[in-house]
Amino acid sequence: MPLFNVNDNYQNPTAEGYYGDYGGAYIPEMLYSNVETLKTQYLQIMYDPIFQAEFQYLLKDYVGRPTPLFLAERLSKEIGATIYLKREDLCHTGAHKINNTVGQIILAQRLGKKKIIAETGAGQHGVATATVCALKGMECVIYMGEKDIERQAPNVARMKMLGATVIPAKSGSKTLKDATNEAIRAWINEPNETHYIIGSVVGPHPYPDMVARFQSVISEEIRKQLKEKTGSELPTHVVACVGGGSNAAGAFYHFLNEPTVQIVAVEAAGHGVHSGLSAATTQLGSPGILHGSKSIVMQTSDGQVVEPHSISAGLDYPGIGPLHAFLYESKRGIFLSATDEEALESAFHLSKIEGIIPALETAHAFSVLPKMNLKASDVVVVCLSGRGDKDLATYMEHL
Amino acid sequence: MSKLELVFKEKSKRILNVYCTAGYPSLDSTMKVMASLQKNGADIIELGMPYSDPLADGEVIQVSSMKALANGMNIAVLFEQIKDMRKSITIPVILMGYMNPILQYGFEAFCKKAKEVGIDGLILPDLPLFEFEDSYGKIITENNLDFIFLVTPETPDQRVKKLDSLSNGFLYAVSSSATTGKDKDFNVVAQYLQKLQAMHLKNPILVGFGIKDKATFDAATMHTRGAIIGSAYIQQLTKGGDIETTTSEFLNNVLGA
Repeated sequence: MPLFNVNDNYQNPTAEGYYGDYGGAYIPEMLYSNVETLKTQYLQIMYDPIFQAEFQYLLKDYVGRPTPLFLAERLSKEIGATIYLKREDLCHTGAHKINNTVGQIILAQRLGKKKIIAETGAGQHGVATATVCALKGMECVIYMGEKDIERQAPNVARMKMLGATVIPAKSGSKTLKDATNEAIRAWINEPNETHYIIGSVVGPHPYPDMVARFQSVISEEIRKQLKEKTGSELPTHVVACVGGGSNAAGAFYHFLNEPTVQIVAVEAAGHGVHSGLSAATTQLGSPGILHGSKSIVMQTSDGQVVEPHSISAGLDYPGIGPLHAFLYESKRGIFLSATDEEALESAFHLSKIEGIIPALETAHAFSVLPKMNLKASDVVVVCLSGRGDKDLATYMEHL
Repeated sequence: MSKLELVFKEKSKRILNVYCTAGYPSLDSTMKVMASLQKNGADIIELGMPYSDPLADGEVIQVSSMKALANGMNIAVLFEQIKDMRKSITIPVILMGYMNPILQYGFEAFCKKAKEVGIDGLILPDLPLFEFEDSYGKIITENNLDFIFLVTPETPDQRVKKLDSLSNGFLYAVSSSATTGKDKDFNVVAQYLQKLQAMHLKNPILVGFGIKDKATFDAATMHTRGAIIGSAYIQQLTKGGDIETTTSEFLNNVLGA
């Protein structure tokens, strides 16, 4: 008996980029040419055999894929179910973000672009972008919220060492939302030579679909690895943290049309969902338009976007990708949340019982496991999206 | 004939459209700014509805929007402030803004209310062509509001024609692909404007972005019916002082009066 109604639209948005009512390309005319070029060419370029050969080669020999699927035995025993960890933290640069940047840098070369811009929250996407720009000899400018520059100092240093220019976003809440605004404005001001590598499944169509496809390697590997380990390609649950939602989109992608697989997205509740200091978008948001697409947005009754809060810079975002908004609305996915405190606790706990220090973002995904009422027969895959080196300063305050 | 069409019928060139942010510099200054613009020679007023994430705007207008929001401006407050504007403002007034606050207000309710208070047209930079044709355009037309699309030097000719055919009042030519408030090389702009002129479009062209004084206004209006000034005027208001004095000095400088 299938648990859910599946819908091909989850993997294939409409020609105009809609997943149900969410998506589209709400962009000013100044971005039309660039976005239209991407829209008409991305699928053709991405699935061209020569592109794929280079993409697969770089994923293997540069990124270090496939990443392991690790059976977390002590955690499994404690939770009372079989828990596998998809080790995206072992990717080059320490998180899943590089799957997308490797893909987009090859695409940018194909489009004849000379310069790359990107936004970053925790700095993982910024580092992953600066890395592939160094690899390909492209100029790289990263926009990062002033507040995030302070709390993610090691990643700022890494970006600079990789040759990127880091520009602080000083408007609004000085975090990911504002870094994204600044990156889009920079793109408007020099559209012809520049490609904008968006780091999550957000932004105008075709970005959400393109990024989801580049990240879908995560679930493609999970299926194969799970088959080898358990005899079945399908887990009972896939769990991932969601800010914009790129690691989640990648981990969910090849399970979206598998009705027996429960999809679990974990948002950042900050000080508590209703504390006024939260980033739990589906719980607090309503339909709106942010950064070029229609989705669920945290906003005032007047339609002004509110400033979110999360201890993790990567989840500190008042929106969510349109695919996730559709997963939420259609009830294909379950959306849970974890507070700052719960995430910290999980980070320390995972470190002690499995010897893996996760990123603060990733730690949110682990916080919900005890609340899921899992059975002994359940096979759960948690996307371990990034490692915790960048969060050491925060962790040290709580040692 | 709409109020906007009438402006272009009565005046052949150097038509000046000035942008101001509602609720800036102070919450209650909206009507005062509009009255000063009308008195000192503006032909059209573009009234900006502040938004927290104005993607198409440069720093000057962003900052004015943040200040206006902090002052307490929102769409409902704005409609209340301008409900009697037609007792004193006779020139066309266009609302400029972003989709999200309008969707929260209710798109249809917004159009109805705009018409009711005497608004003539809308500029919504993040309402794309597809969505306009698919749903929103019909509501705008039903409420007898003119809709003004933007075109840029990168907009393909066929698309310029399409956007022109759907626009009413005028077509807004962005002088280069740039957010507001950036300086431009006017030779490159001139070539682009000449190209538009040669296309014999349905609507007159107003050019915007990068215009700040008499020299740039003269250059911009050489190949168009007029121009739009935004950031340069907001910058003057930012300096403080009496709104009427600031506006009259600024517009006299631009118009060479």
